[in-house]
Amino acid sequence: MSVIIDKDTRIIVQGITGHQGSFHSGEMIKFGAKVVAGVTPGKGGQKVHDVPVYDTVEEAMVHEPEATMITVPARFVRDAAFEAMYSGIRVVYILTEKVPLHDALDIVSYARSHGHIVIGPNGPGITVPGQTKMGIMPNHIFKKGTVAVASRSGTLTYEIVNALTQSEYGESVVIGLGGDRITGLNFVDVLELFEKDPDTEAIVLVGEIGGTAEEEAAEYIKKNVSKPVVAYIAGRSAPPGKRMGHAGAIITRGRGTAESKIKAFNEADVPVAEFPWEIPQALKKVYK
Amino acid sequence: MNLYEYQGKALFRKFGVPTPEGYVVFKPEEIKEVNRDVVIKAQVLTGGRGKSGGVKFASNVEEARKKAEEILAMEIKGHKVHAVLVEEKLKIEKEYYLSILIDRSTRAPLIMASPDGGVEIESVPDDRIFKFSVNPEIGVQPFVGRILSKKMGFTGDLAKQFTAILINLYRMFREMDAELVEINPLVLSEGKLIAADSKVVIDSDSLYRHKDLEENAEEKTPLELEANKAGYAFVELDGNIGVIANGAGLTMATLDTLLLYGLKPRNFLDLGGTDSVDITKNAFTYVLKAKPEAILVNIFGGVTKCDTVAQGIIAAKDEFKIDMPIVVRLSGIHEEEGRKMLADAGIHAFADMRHAIEKLKNVMEGGQ
Repeated sequence: MSVIIDKDTRIIVQGITGHQGSFHSGEMIKFGAKVVAGVTPGKGGQKVHDVPVYDTVEEAMVHEPEATMITVPARFVRDAAFEAMYSGIRVVYILTEKVPLHDALDIVSYARSHGHIVIGPNGPGITVPGQTKMGIMPNHIFKKGTVAVASRSGTLTYEIVNALTQSEYGESVVIGLGGDRITGLNFVDVLELFEKDPDTEAIVLVGEIGGTAEEEAAEYIKKNVSKPVVAYIAGRSAPPGKRMGHAGAIITRGRGTAESKIKAFNEADVPVAEFPWEIPQALKKVYK
Repeated sequence: MNLYEYQGKALFRKFGVPTPEGYVVFKPEEIKEVNRDVVIKAQVLTGGRGKSGGVKFASNVEEARKKAEEILAMEIKGHKVHAVLVEEKLKIEKEYYLSILIDRSTRAPLIMASPDGGVEIESVPDDRIFKFSVNPEIGVQPFVGRILSKKMGFTGDLAKQFTAILINLYRMFREMDAELVEINPLVLSEGKLIAADSKVVIDSDSLYRHKDLEENAEEKTPLELEANKAGYAFVELDGNIGVIANGAGLTMATLDTLLLYGLKPRNFLDLGGTDSVDITKNAFTYVLKAKPEAILVNIFGGVTKCDTVAQGIIAAKDEFKIDMPIVVRLSGIHEEEGRKMLADAGIHAFADMRHAIEKLKNVMEGGQ
């Protein structure tokens, strides 16, 4: 097992017959992912990319899936996530954006008290180069390597992964945490996994304004992380009180500023790159 | 979405949280009868209205209408007053604070209560704020009220009232999909605890479940509202470079990079995960309305088809007759074709962000 999923992880896709579900299942299969089944209520019996489609997760359990990718519309996410967890699926990745906050709250708190892992909502998923992918990250930007990346955004993650791939580095695992206020995984959760992962030697965190996940990560790094860490923070130019695209990217009552996050990382001896393309140079300072 | 005080209080009453008796009016003549001392409060989505003169007192109809007229003519911190709340004036013995919000780091609802109400909670010392993290699977049971009552100094009937308010407020928080419900101050008046003010924020992503709530214009500019309605995440800023990028994180990083290069962005516009010609083209409508002096497009297309994006940019340039400089960064599927199409149309196109921004800087400094 690498981090959360590996080449043997059997994955189902809830919403596989939709535009997103169908396209990205195909890309995942090309990347090497074991997509064993799809679920769309009312579409049971069809096939998408030769993958059998079922009406319920319960029926899809004959394939013994351990992970699911949820691509259904926002108002059906709560139902889909609970259906998956009730059926015993360990890892639940939610691609969908604009999931109601209280639905995310219910899903994540149930998951945390019952031993499930939720990735997202509103994130690009998880990719283990050379092994598997669950999500929507573009296949061509990855190169197998030793740097783990965790990020609160999508395209900015690709930008940074692309910069790593074009440098002498490659990636051990890349996780998109999601741009919402409540996400299943925060930086601290993945730092714990990265620290334990034998394939990971260095860590890149891509944060942004809003909340205190980066400050908590900095505290955690000081005490618990021996591997070198570098960071990038988006939103230095963001005005207070404005939601910068992501539901979670907002400075409220003076909290969640880029300055506060950069300061916290600096105090934890984590170099913060000024520009996204400078992540490889920043790594060179603390890694090899 | 932020609710006005009167909307928040209507919800309080619906969920059994006591409020002063009162009603909202939009014109002074809607005030019909005043047979006791009343308070007239401006309804605006900003704090500090008391200091700005947005809260006045009256004891008869004429006086109440006159004060209402004065307040309705006001603008408070840039917010035009469209409505006033006319309420019974309470005899205030003490002011408390009570709120419930979503705590992002624990991923759980957080109750905050303080015996020091009536001031901004940020100015209350930490040891005077009593917090309780709610496990959503358990919810707020009466024991939570007993724990907090003890800390707040409520005993006997007041502890019972406080517990009932807390349970009802939590029920409202959950059923109404609130991000925040705040009572500040929660006042003690003639033996009763009453919510003298309300601040309620409803999660915008759940508004489809609350169709009865009228939609409020948030703290957004008219152009922001227009662009948001068309499906673009859009924020106006005060610089002169129009920006179109894809993904919230990359768009923020683009603005940050411009600033670090000494260039000032005019806006944030996230195109989303699209490769539609029309969505790309229409994004220019809103950027152009912001009257920038140049436009930067930064697309890292993972699976986005760059030739489609290029078509959208060229269509916008032709249709909207854009003659200001446009600099484009385009990378992803079919990127070479995309950049060639742009170059043929006389638009500067680059494969990476750094060179695009350096070119833009050069252009803004009078270079070619």
